[in-house]
Amino acid sequence: MAESFKFELVSPERLLVSEQVEQAVIPGTDGEMTVLANHAPAMTTVKPGVVTVKLAGGQEDRYVVFGGFADIVPSGCTLLAESAVRVADVDRQDLARRIQDAREDAADAKDDQSRAKAEQFLNNLTTLQDAL
Amino acid sequence: MASLKDLRNRIASVKATQKITKAMQMVAAAKLRRAQEAAEAARPYSQRMGAVLANIAQAVGGGSDAPALMTGTGKDDVHLLVVCTAERGLCGGFNSQIARFARDRIRKLLADGKTVKIVCVGKKGYDILRREYASLIIDRVDLREAKQLGFVHADGIAKKVITLFNEGGFDVCTLFYSEFKSVISQVPTAQQIIPAAPADEAESANGAVYEYEPEPGEILTDLIPRNISVQIFRALLENAAGEMGAKMSAMDNATRNAGEMINKLTITYNRQRQAQITKELIEIISGAEAL
Repeated sequence: MAESFKFELVSPERLLVSEQVEQAVIPGTDGEMTVLANHAPAMTTVKPGVVTVKLAGGQEDRYVVFGGFADIVPSGCTLLAESAVRVADVDRQDLARRIQDAREDAADAKDDQSRAKAEQFLNNLTTLQDAL
Repeated sequence: MASLKDLRNRIASVKATQKITKAMQMVAAAKLRRAQEAAEAARPYSQRMGAVLANIAQAVGGGSDAPALMTGTGKDDVHLLVVCTAERGLCGGFNSQIARFARDRIRKLLADGKTVKIVCVGKKGYDILRREYASLIIDRVDLREAKQLGFVHADGIAKKVITLFNEGGFDVCTLFYSEFKSVISQVPTAQQIIPAAPADEAESANGAVYEYEPEPGEILTDLIPRNISVQIFRALLENAAGEMGAKMSAMDNATRNAGEMINKLTITYNRQRQAQITKELIEIISGAEAL
């Protein structure tokens, strides 16, 4: 059995997961990354996407996160998400509303930089919607 | 002297009031528990956020690529006060405590020749501060519609503050709220959020070299605004718990006072009734004797 490590998924409202897991797949801004036990210390921002964790028992859990960042140390991994829900509990209307908001943000953006940022966020959201 | 009927009405009305305050107390107690739970649930996030922030701030150092939100504008002329109070009254000295605390600070800043701008969160603080400093209030946030305080609300306020900062609207931002110590004690607190007050030397335990993805500076620019939202969210939650605690004890007092009042009124009522009976008896007896 693979070595396990402590994985925590925290949203501002509450602590969602705090368990021993074997591996966690995190949608980093610069690409998906899989975290295993004894990972080198790293920190990354997270884009909207799906986090997959494999519990020590072998069972798999999937969560949708909307942005945030992850703090990875050899002994564990903490994912601070702006908001997070289980894949099963995703509210499609809520997602649609977020996309709508992002679309407006992109339209309202004043300079190129913030527009690029907003559009990227929008892209991430739509990919997420398609993935579900 | 009030007549028997007046007294009876009075007792009935005090009883009705007592029922209301009693109900409000129970509602506050239930809400308090929920607010406390919410505050506790939010604690891990802000704790970890603090740790991560200290960590990354160390990596970036005071270098030039540190975002302005962290280092400030280098000036100290314009102060923005975000005053968080409750939306409703009837909670003892809760709102006036915060408002008084903020007012003292405003006076001091004005005396020092600084410019002061105020953002009011919550209706009650606005009502109090409006009397004296109406011209200084630049914005108010109404959370009356919010049934359950969510992170989105805090985020909205934080976005406003950050936009204002980026437009050069102020140099220092301080958050006023009431810290929830216990059900009977809430302490008004001021917390500086921009520039970020130096985190207490929470040295990163491992001291290991982190890999950053993307660059630390970039993460930091993303992180700081989020940290401000988190701070505001925490303040709002503390406030919510404090409000309910204050309301509970205020309503408890009110219920007890009403009880005392009913006792007193009932004694007066009984005495008067007795006196009237005695009077009527005397009238009958003396009437009979006269025959």
